[in-house]
Amino acid sequence: MMDFRLGEASDELRAEVRAFLEERVTRELEEQVYRSGVSHDPEFTRALVERGWMAPGWPVELGGRGLDPIEMLVIGEELRFADAPTYGIGTTIMVATVIRLAGTEAQKSEIIPKALAGEIVMVLGYSEPEAGSDVAAAATRAVRDGDEWVINGQKMFTTNAQIGDYVFLLTRTNPDVAKHKGLTMFLVPMDQPGVEVQAVYTLSGERTNITYYNDVRVSDAWRVGEVDEGWTTMTVALATEHAAGFAAAIERLLVEAEAWAAEAVDDDGASRLDDGAVRETLGRMAIDLEVSRLLQRRVAWMAEAGVPVTAEGPMSKLFSSEALKKRAQEIVEIVGPDALRSYFDPTAPSHGILEYMLRHSVGTTIYAGTSEIHRNMIAQRGLGLPRTR
Amino acid sequence: MELRPSEEQQQLIDAYATLYAKESSSGRVRAAEPLGFDPNLWSQLVGMGTVSMAVDEVHGGWGASMLDLALVAQEHGRALGSAPLIEMLVACRLLARVGGVAAGELLGSALAGDRLVAVALRPPRGGVARLVPAGAIATDLVVLHDRDLVAVPVGDDRVVPENVGSMPLADIPLSGSAMAAAVTLSRGEDASAAVDAALDDWLVLTANALAGIARRSVQIGVEYAKDREAFGQKIGGFQAVGHRLADCATSAAGAELLAREAAWAASEEPDRFAELAAMAFAFAAETARDASDAALHFHGGYGFMLEYDIQLYYRRARAWANVVMSPAAACQRVADRRYGPRGAP
Repeated sequence: MMDFRLGEASDELRAEVRAFLEERVTRELEEQVYRSGVSHDPEFTRALVERGWMAPGWPVELGGRGLDPIEMLVIGEELRFADAPTYGIGTTIMVATVIRLAGTEAQKSEIIPKALAGEIVMVLGYSEPEAGSDVAAAATRAVRDGDEWVINGQKMFTTNAQIGDYVFLLTRTNPDVAKHKGLTMFLVPMDQPGVEVQAVYTLSGERTNITYYNDVRVSDAWRVGEVDEGWTTMTVALATEHAAGFAAAIERLLVEAEAWAAEAVDDDGASRLDDGAVRETLGRMAIDLEVSRLLQRRVAWMAEAGVPVTAEGPMSKLFSSEALKKRAQEIVEIVGPDALRSYFDPTAPSHGILEYMLRHSVGTTIYAGTSEIHRNMIAQRGLGLPRTR
Repeated sequence: MELRPSEEQQQLIDAYATLYAKESSSGRVRAAEPLGFDPNLWSQLVGMGTVSMAVDEVHGGWGASMLDLALVAQEHGRALGSAPLIEMLVACRLLARVGGVAAGELLGSALAGDRLVAVALRPPRGGVARLVPAGAIATDLVVLHDRDLVAVPVGDDRVVPENVGSMPLADIPLSGSAMAAAVTLSRGEDASAAVDAALDDWLVLTANALAGIARRSVQIGVEYAKDREAFGQKIGGFQAVGHRLADCATSAAGAELLAREAAWAASEEPDRFAELAAMAFAFAAETARDASDAALHFHGGYGFMLEYDIQLYYRRARAWANVVMSPAAACQRVADRRYGPRGAP
């Protein structure tokens, strides 16, 4: 029987996660994340570890909770709805997953226990100044020198590098072959000479970094995967990533917008919730939330049901991020000048969340693959159109 | 969560896909224009028991779920069926809902195929029920009149306007002679509630039909983009084409999921049904509108020619989506369901 509910067990898990987040994501923590632009907090991370929610999708014997894709989706939705500081955890577990699947025994025993205990932060070193969406064009060089490699280059958007213990680095080891074929991955300890971190501030307020690598020496023991097989190694993690999407961010936007509309009055004292334009905007936002949820949940359901996923993942990310951006813009215009007041103005509507969403939403259509990259994937994998250019 | 139709539902989908492939080819759709009624298709649909699906055994039907009806409506939309399928499903459900002797008799003749009942989902203006879907071919009209829900025989004074969607619409005057033969089905608040419930049914079924139009439009656009060459390559290889088709395919997938969810909610989450029906309609209407436009546009000049099928989809995507309620009005209806009517405390 067709059924659009996630199921009772998922509802219970959702209630459990939501109660935990209501207690843990305090106004103080929100403000700390907002002021610093750092979506990571050691105390919050420890609390997640205690609940077993660091890598809940991992098998129990490896330190996870063996949750299925639908349960993972539920946890992900709640973390995003609360805007919990999980960016550092996200990249750490993504790298740990690659180590688990493609690392050496020594790497596994050194890294995995610490990662799951929340004791280390691992960050991603993929993008470069001249290689963003075209990430396989990476030019950061790694040259073998005996049992070591010497690394020179520069990475963009190395978020959390300033608190990172390791950077998962995409390097070029062979410049003479096709670009996807000459790449190698390293897990580079950041606490060493030649690694330099420079802060970069973004439109959402998030702090990210440029990282520089000058004659950084790394032991061959830190190579992850085979030499020149870095593309395969890097994409290992992607295959375990289910159901990316921003439905829960749209839900947060809608909840905040509805709370605003219920209270706000116009210059004549009439409720804004009686304004037809406000109602249409909220109606459209609610529709986009429902569609985003369905597209995202479909991917999790397919993973669980063993149905092969082709274009459905990109559809979820593309639709929900574009909808979030469009609706955040719309609600700011509908609210009017007061929507311009920022987080730190105590009179800002909805604590300034609408103004924050206006800026935050822009990044969602860019990171983890721009909308154009996702449209390419849908056109090719989903519709069978020729490679686009 | 389970998003695959059950085995029985898949058989239902396959059966109707086969029927529509045979009885609603684009040649047949064209032949039925401008009225938009294909008696052979309709008698096949009635013969398969399609109308009887609308109501349960007590009312003489075989009680299919709203989701089953929705799956049929998607096939109807994909094939642009020239038949009053959704109109009759809505009318029969309305008659079953209001109950009583008069409604029961009319329902019985409708299920038997003797009478064709249309419902005026918008209040009459100036004594005329305007642009009633299936009004051009109906024998009877169910309409709100002076706060009563009445059934009136449709007379020769109806006016059948040619229209962009080749729909069998009619302006039906509620003349003295027609009203003399009117039978009252329901009164006062019950009457308006019955029409409102019929509107929910119409929205959810039309949403599914429009989702079918959207999917088929994307398919037609993709097929053409894979075939047509310009500037030395298949046009589907240009991002200006491929990206817009990717957006349309994404929305079409969302429209289908939402339209099915809304239909599922009729029995499984009745508290959300009315809201989801309006959501599904608004989203499917805009998706069908945009997808049929993109697919037509990528045909270039050929898309503008009547010879190519995409114009059939383009016209119906607009007509089916606006004959009762615009997508924007449906968004307001979503708000009404979430926050209560305007001015509510």
